[in-house]
Amino acid sequence: MLSVKLFARARDLAGSPIIQIPWSDGLTVASLKQRLGELHPAVLPLVPRLLVAVNNDYAGDSTIVKVTDEVACFPPVSGG
Amino acid sequence: MISLTHDSIDYHGLTESVRSSQSGAVVLFLGTVRELTRGRRTVALDYEGYPQMAEVKLRELEAAARSRWPVEHVGIVHRLGHLELGDISVAVAVSSPHRQQAFEAGKFLIDELKVSVPIWKKENWDDGTTEWVHPGVEMSRPD
Repeated sequence: MLSVKLFARARDLAGSPIIQIPWSDGLTVASLKQRLGELHPAVLPLVPRLLVAVNNDYAGDSTIVKVTDEVACFPPVSGG
Repeated sequence: MISLTHDSIDYHGLTESVRSSQSGAVVLFLGTVRELTRGRRTVALDYEGYPQMAEVKLRELEAAARSRWPVEHVGIVHRLGHLELGDISVAVAVSSPHRQQAFEAGKFLIDELKVSVPIWKKENWDDGTTEWVHPGVEMSRPD
């Protein structure tokens, strides 16, 4: 299982700050977004705008994610 | 100095921390909680962060600023939690030999912070509703 941290509206829609996603070697950020939407349909409308961070850096759809990675998903940021 | 805090920001201390005899210029930017946004009235903001990544990204921004301008010292503090109107949400202090460099580096730091550092604000409107601010995402549905 891959642990994924959620923040802001993504966390509110999923109802949890951290979720577990069934995972296997070779899957990518694109797979992560797809599975997140399937497992948590409430988050689906946000999925096209979700940002994914792997090990504290932004990761594109083709990035391969390992179960040992630190992974987070969140909508566009609004600090300042 | 880079930090996230749940306490009030000591912007005087932050400003002092970037002063030096090598720096002819010190620029301080303060972001504060504003009452009106496109005609709607805010009563408070709640800030949430992803602290470990936010600190990494802030350090990257400091390094980027240093690569572009002869910056002496950089201080950035972002507050998290519940903030009332007028409270300071972020402070950016920059020192450099000359003022143009300090102004440009300071503007770069706050502009980039707002688009790349994982921190989010939630509006508490005066009608009792709340709403996460996610630029580019449909804003019509209340959370």
